[in-house]
Amino acid sequence: MLDPRPILDIRALYKAYGALEVLKGIDLKLRARELVFVIGPSGSGKSTLLRCCNRLEEPSSGSIAIDGVDVMDPATDINKIRRSIGMVFQSFNLYPHMTALGNVTLALRLVLKKSRREAEEIGSAALARVGLADKTKAYPNELSGGQQQRVAIARALALEPKIVLFDEPTSALDPELVGGVLKVMRELREGGMTMLVVSHELQFARAAADRVVFMENGVIVEQGAPAQIFGAPVQSRTREFVARISGHE
Amino acid sequence: MEQFLSSFFNLEIMGRYLPKILSGMWVTAYLALAVVLTGLVTGLLLALVRTLHVRPLNWLIVFFVDVMRSVPPLVLIVLFFYGLPALGVPLDGLGSTWLALSFVLAAFAEEIYWAGILSVSKGQWEAARSTGLGYVQALLYVILPQAIRLAIPPLTNRTIAITKNTALGQVVAVQEILYQAYSGLSFSYNPSPLTLGALAYLVLFIPVVILGRWIETRFAWKR
Amino acid sequence: MSAADIINLFLNVSIMEKAFGLLLDGFLMTLLLCVLVVPVGVAGGVGIAVLWALKSRGLNRALMVWVDVFRALPPLVLLVFVYNGPPFAGYQISEFTAVVVALGLNSMSYYGEIFRAGVESIGRGSWEAARSTGLGWGQTMAWVILPQAVRNVLPDLVSNTLEVVKLTSLASVVALHELMYAARSAQQLTFNYSPLILAVLMYFIVLWPLVRLLSRLEHKKIAAR
Repeated sequence: MLDPRPILDIRALYKAYGALEVLKGIDLKLRARELVFVIGPSGSGKSTLLRCCNRLEEPSSGSIAIDGVDVMDPATDINKIRRSIGMVFQSFNLYPHMTALGNVTLALRLVLKKSRREAEEIGSAALARVGLADKTKAYPNELSGGQQQRVAIARALALEPKIVLFDEPTSALDPELVGGVLKVMRELREGGMTMLVVSHELQFARAAADRVVFMENGVIVEQGAPAQIFGAPVQSRTREFVARISGHE
Repeated sequence: MEQFLSSFFNLEIMGRYLPKILSGMWVTAYLALAVVLTGLVTGLLLALVRTLHVRPLNWLIVFFVDVMRSVPPLVLIVLFFYGLPALGVPLDGLGSTWLALSFVLAAFAEEIYWAGILSVSKGQWEAARSTGLGYVQALLYVILPQAIRLAIPPLTNRTIAITKNTALGQVVAVQEILYQAYSGLSFSYNPSPLTLGALAYLVLFIPVVILGRWIETRFAWKR
Repeated sequence: MSAADIINLFLNVSIMEKAFGLLLDGFLMTLLLCVLVVPVGVAGGVGIAVLWALKSRGLNRALMVWVDVFRALPPLVLLVFVYNGPPFAGYQISEFTAVVVALGLNSMSYYGEIFRAGVESIGRGSWEAARSTGLGWGQTMAWVILPQAVRNVLPDLVSNTLEVVKLTSLASVVALHELMYAARSAQQLTFNYSPLILAVLMYFIVLWPLVRLLSRLEHKKIAAR
């Protein structure tokens, strides 16, 4: 039974870069433990939507609330809020000058003010969770792409966020490494994490997503269960898009 | 040939001026060190101020840097030497040389640090900020370590070049190597002190050049 | 000291006007020096890089010693040596020649290092492609490698050329009548520092565009990464 209070509550989100409107009024709610997949052509604003959630991009107008806390409120300490929002990037963005463990524990020590030993315990546990218990002392350039991404996931998880945002997590990976990352994401979902995922991995969406959102040109065209979006879409644009990308699988 | 040797490599005369040359080496060395310290630290501070993105401050910094990069160090040294005392700042030859060269090194260093900071990909900022690190924390723990590592090769090169400008201090009577060598030449009507001076510079700076090359190769960023 | 005194001492326009002719002559000398030293340095530098690419052990070691010596020796010391030395060996050398020789030798080493790094940064692939189409070693170097190398190290080349221009101010120490010398003379004649400020202005006006260009080149290189 899904908790009715939304973990992520986006209302009337607009984002424009000068004259270019990227998001034109997005309303989206995620309940606890939901895995929502966002698909759409490039330029549809999917990434921007994600990045507005933790204010890496500044929304032009609208509201975003994480578990009831207004992210847009100037009184909110943005650094504090970001602890509850995990983010996994397409290009991993691991700190090259730190080991895997160092990457994971940095925020624990600086933001959560944990002691070094406590941070390392939590960090090691997070790395074990993503299957990299033996790689704590490795530097990013010694790890494969898939392993790096898993370290990035561990880095986000270590802070015990309420929701994790995934921005095309597997797009930069060699095909044979994608599976490892998806496996971790599946386990995460089974563990009850709320996840908002922008990705092209349709098989994964079909198998694991609670809801799929189709975006185009800065608006949500349609959303629903995977069976609906992939099997019997209501909107013709959805149907066209799904047909187009399914053909490439 | 013998005449050449007795002119340029006259051991007796060299021996006579060796103590002066040695004291000159001491002056050269600590002047260079002082310039390196103030220059590199000031340059870093300027670059850090630039990360604050305060427009008028940035213009000031860029203006300062551009001036210090366009004007020959010798001109600056002479200007400071005559000009600053006239303005009420009592600075002797050593002081003006130190100040002028520090400014020049700071300017070049700032550009190099800044380039380093810019080179660190935006993704690093985003990753750090997205885990809740504040601006200063992200800068200190994630960005600067990478930026400085990128900056080290060009910095060593530039620092070595600028420290050799300590020889310019001779013009304002700083008693470093060249000053001692030149006065030795004048007094003895023999160029051997100059040869000795040149050797003294080589002794001081060839190890530095080699060290610099080693540092550059070691810090060729292993991505 | 009042503001008016300061302006009079440093920014005295009438003195600057009077000194301008002198400084302009000095500037022309500076220009002449650059026009000679830069090509000499660049040619020497390219030569060093080409010799280095021959990969002969003994030659490379000799080259490295040569370059290190001239990079470790301050240019002023070299200049004083080149100017004051020859008379003791019986040769007369003009200030002008001494300056060109000293600055040429010095800049050659720096240009040599820059070109060498540039040539080494060109991957084997370019060499192999060119040689496999039948180009000789020299042709490959001239038409394939060097052009790429130059493009890669353009910021460093501009930066070093900038340095050479500034180095010409050293010629004032051996009483060659370039810009710095002119400014110093005017200063000593008028007991006023405005000529120095004027010289600063002139150096700045001439070199600042180069500095800006250099900055833009460096930033483009970063963005391209």
